[in-house]
Amino acid sequence: MISVGTVLPSKIIYLDRAMLKAYADASGDQNPIHQNEEFALSVGLPNVIAHGMLTMALVGKYVTDWSGGTDTVKEFGARFIKPVIVPAGEKVDLTINGTVAEVTGDQIKIDLVATSAGIKVLGMAKAVVIKK
Amino acid sequence: MLAPDSVGRTFAGADSITISQSEIDAFAAVIGEVNTDIAPPTFTIRISLDQFQNILTKPEINLDWSRLVHGDQKFEILSPVKAGDSLSCSATIESYRVAAGNEIVSVRSDLHRGAELVISSWSTLVVRA
Repeated sequence: MISVGTVLPSKIIYLDRAMLKAYADASGDQNPIHQNEEFALSVGLPNVIAHGMLTMALVGKYVTDWSGGTDTVKEFGARFIKPVIVPAGEKVDLTINGTVAEVTGDQIKIDLVATSAGIKVLGMAKAVVIKK
Repeated sequence: MLAPDSVGRTFAGADSITISQSEIDAFAAVIGEVNTDIAPPTFTIRISLDQFQNILTKPEINLDWSRLVHGDQKFEILSPVKAGDSLSCSATIESYRVAAGNEIVSVRSDLHRGAELVISSWSTLVVRA
């Protein structure tokens, strides 16, 4: 039985530079801050950072795994409050948790929390789904 | 600096864009999605961001795309997208402000399949000082 407060299973995904390159190619977002360390440093970033939309796409996958398919999402939103920093040769975690916040008819609103290296990277992350 | 009279303007996309299965497959593969009959919920960002870039870097609007970061993103999905869909995209500049030297632009993208609105999305884009 799903009700307000139902906790979704936690999930950890690991990101690396190869995933950022694959996302750049698949999304068309070739901004060098997501691939080129020298460029990222030159614009004041701590290192190469993941696309905010990659983080959001991975959280979307977490949601649709629970709700039963890519066609179950009605609304999905998030703020990009901190970058996911991806140093060369490392795998960094994206740790995702979700809690049911509202149930209205067949629509379920989920509050989502995403952290990397213990730091919250998304703010106000929410999805509305119709679970299969 | 964004041209002030551009706020509230809506821009139609050039032509309709036909979604291919290989594009959906490539996007899904990155996030580990194996069922690609329906595109993942954030898939259409590739269409919307591309159109925002085309519009916001026009000479009369003149946003500096090279210093841009993504502030927030929201999707409302009325009808999920699948391969073979032909989508037209219109984009609206909803607001613009400057805070601590950063330019903050809110834009909306509406994707239609024929006359049917299928996905609206809102992006806040920040040009860092």
